[in-house]
Amino acid sequence: MKTKLTLITLFIFTLSACGQVVTPTSPTTDQTSLPPTTQTKEQPTETSAKPETLTVMTHDSFAASDEVIQTFEEEHNVNVRFLEAGDTGTAVNKAVLSKGNPLADVFYGVDNTFLSRALEEGIFIPYHSPLLDEIDDRFQLDDQNRALPVDYGDVCLNYQKAYFEENDLQPPRNLEDLTEPEYKGLLTVENPATSSPGLAFLLATIGHFGEDQYLEYWQQLVENDLNVVNDWETAYYSSFSQAGGSTPIVVSYGSSPPFEVIFAEEEIEEPPTAAVVAEGSCFRQIEFVGILKGTEKQELAQKWIDFMLSPTFQEDIPLNMFVFPVNENAELNETFQKYLAIPDETAEVSPQDISENREKWIREWTEAVLR
Amino acid sequence: MKLSSKIKIKQYLPYLLWILPLAFLGIFYFYPLGSIIQLSFSRGEGNALVSFWKAITDSTVRSVLGFTVWQATLSTLLTLLLGLPGAYLFARYQFRGKNFLRALMGVPFVLPTLVVAAGFNALLGPNGWVNTLLMDLFSLSSPPIQFLHTFGAILVAHVFYNTTIVLRVVGDFWSRLDPRFSQAAQVLGGNRWQTLREVTIPLLAPAVAAAALLVFIFDFTSFGVILILGGPQFATLEVEIYYQTISLFNLPLAATLSLLQLGMTLILTIIYTRLMNKISRPVQQRAERQTQRPLSTWRKKISAGAIIGILLLILTTPLIALGTRSITHLTPSQGGNQGLTLAFFKALTQNPQQSLFYVPPSTAIIVSLLYGAITVVFALILGLPAAWALARGRDNVLNKVLDPLLMLPLGTSAVTLGLGFIISLDQPPLDLRASPILIPLVHTLVAFPFVVRSLTPALKSIQPNLHQAAAVLGASPRQVFRHIDLPMIGRALLVAATFAFTISIGEFGATSLIVRPEFPTVPVVIYRLLSRPGTLNYGQAMALSTILMVFTLSGMLAIERFRIADIGEF
Repeated sequence: MKTKLTLITLFIFTLSACGQVVTPTSPTTDQTSLPPTTQTKEQPTETSAKPETLTVMTHDSFAASDEVIQTFEEEHNVNVRFLEAGDTGTAVNKAVLSKGNPLADVFYGVDNTFLSRALEEGIFIPYHSPLLDEIDDRFQLDDQNRALPVDYGDVCLNYQKAYFEENDLQPPRNLEDLTEPEYKGLLTVENPATSSPGLAFLLATIGHFGEDQYLEYWQQLVENDLNVVNDWETAYYSSFSQAGGSTPIVVSYGSSPPFEVIFAEEEIEEPPTAAVVAEGSCFRQIEFVGILKGTEKQELAQKWIDFMLSPTFQEDIPLNMFVFPVNENAELNETFQKYLAIPDETAEVSPQDISENREKWIREWTEAVLR
Repeated sequence: MKLSSKIKIKQYLPYLLWILPLAFLGIFYFYPLGSIIQLSFSRGEGNALVSFWKAITDSTVRSVLGFTVWQATLSTLLTLLLGLPGAYLFARYQFRGKNFLRALMGVPFVLPTLVVAAGFNALLGPNGWVNTLLMDLFSLSSPPIQFLHTFGAILVAHVFYNTTIVLRVVGDFWSRLDPRFSQAAQVLGGNRWQTLREVTIPLLAPAVAAAALLVFIFDFTSFGVILILGGPQFATLEVEIYYQTISLFNLPLAATLSLLQLGMTLILTIIYTRLMNKISRPVQQRAERQTQRPLSTWRKKISAGAIIGILLLILTTPLIALGTRSITHLTPSQGGNQGLTLAFFKALTQNPQQSLFYVPPSTAIIVSLLYGAITVVFALILGLPAAWALARGRDNVLNKVLDPLLMLPLGTSAVTLGLGFIISLDQPPLDLRASPILIPLVHTLVAFPFVVRSLTPALKSIQPNLHQAAAVLGASPRQVFRHIDLPMIGRALLVAATFAFTISIGEFGATSLIVRPEFPTVPVVIYRLLSRPGTLNYGQAMALSTILMVFTLSGMLAIERFRIADIGEF
């Protein structure tokens, strides 16, 4: 028994030791230039090599290439620490609730459906980045530049090509087509109350048909045997016929077809799916970054934002996060250039309108579609 | 002098035992919860009481509450219906492969809901095995079984997840019940029904009630199952709290709903504790080798086979479907390739995008196991004194007040508590908001009630005269604990450890906490993979789920071995 206890104690100590070993982030980048022994006695000067830490809070879909982050870390002698705070809505709420004592220096990932919440709660301080000149005005939704656009993605209908070929049916061209009898029972959408692409698609219909007509459209979809699920994962991997489900049309992203090529099981030439990008049938989600009020590292945070808007980071975005750069000078990878369909015009609903009407629209939609 | 100090310690022992558990709950549960509820109401307009009353008299809220209670009640009854015969079989009979079966049936407990949904879909979906078979057999044109998005799917999934609770909590207790009680009853002329009703059920009631309470609270606060398998037609309080908090940021209403959920949990637990104080009594316990028999007759073997068959059918076919999916090609149309593949397992170890947050499966498994081990240690250190205090001082006022409160963490909305941590644990030395240690601490909060509930029935069943006898013979309280209590609760202790371990492995902490993306647990990586388009990502999620199943199974088998090697038997 004694030895057993000793073993357990040892085990616990090992565990806590392991816990400490794994705590610091990117251990490879620090301590490269200075021997640690003399460091403590030195006065911190301009040339001091002790890296600062910049904390970036994001949602759980954030990803980047190791190499790209390292270029920033090396250039500015800094450690970038990332904190993931759940899905977009959850992360924004956490940033809002901790605004008196922020968890991080920078927050990335608030999109146009949550932008008003972040701005009204005053969690960001403005920053007029010089790189904003390289970004199209239609992405710049905050005129005070508290939130700066980083990337965008379009929520569009996707369809399985094979189904329409086999059944000799024309794929849907736009939103209106879906109410036609030949598309009866073919569409799956996500619930806007629980899913972000679901909300985006609801907003697409509101932007496209107008606030007084969109419910009528949804009623027609219901009559045409619309299938509703709560989350994108179920829609795309259970309901969508591409993954063995029963509906060949699903609400997903404009970028999903090229990803079917990039992440195919075996190499394929053509994507098995396609996106419907006709005028006003997609909703554009734009993601923003901002400096959190209360940070002590404002200057460094500004450098990080410049970096996120620069082509180096911007070109790294698509393959990691499945969304697209806003910087005009960032070039897209070949597969995207080949297979990505970007809508010329998307359905527009302003962040202000979304914030004011979100509850009402979701309630009305729920009454019309689920009851 | 010495005598009086001894008496003092004895008098204050229940209070001393409570110090550690209460400090933990105070700092990591009540304080964050209180902070977020206070903040939520302060954001509302007008009187908090008025808005509270308005919310709970609202017809939508009432129907959500009604549905939540209804589905949880039905799910719990079905879980007992399936679990009790299984518990009986595991408790009273010896047969080959028992440990393996018991461990296997605990695997569902750790699987993420999205993965379970994929398993059920492969089995019962429109193009699943069962529907395809039925359509072929009876040449039907459309799938006859609609499973996803039905009330039945919710019930089946709850049974699938929670049967292991009944098997373990009841099964463990039952295996220690002295069979001579029922033998005596039969000798005295009682038939089997009378024996069951008059002897076995009353003796077993504390364990059954404890298991039922745990299962009910799990079903009552169900989130993923309702969302994914139930679909948009169904909403529990927990789903509504998430919607109000995240989507609408209506914190006052979310706090009201959280309080409502807590209130229900509290009422239920109070009823339970009252009931327990009435019916539980110390019973002489026996070692397993005295209570268990082999399956001697053919009739017994057939009944046992039937019980195991049904359990396997419900609890393991979705697992098999999952495992199969991870090793078969998912896109059969391309090149006619429909055979087996290991491509998804290989892809797990590759990082083509050189992503910063890519972790190999081995790292995720180590992180998961590490959190699991810490949770086991924390939960036992905190749960044992609490359970001991509860079992010893039955009439103690402190116990009466605290007993029902211990279950509250289980009935707490994860979203609410997660936000509570953000606003309360934000000052040094307790600025734990972004600390990795917060994750096992939260797992411990969930595991703690399980540990207490698994241990208390065993501790209570120790007859006080054993203690007295030991004390008379000159044993110190520590010796009494070491030589009497510990051996007698060894089994229950391991049940508790198993629960703490599986709760930690399966918990999907990212939804309610701040996480460090470099050190994700296995479920977090599975969700990451599933949230991306592309067959390869989906296949990898299935492959990693299969690895998770295998590791959980091995972990639980290891715990079973540990029992045989050490304190479990006496």
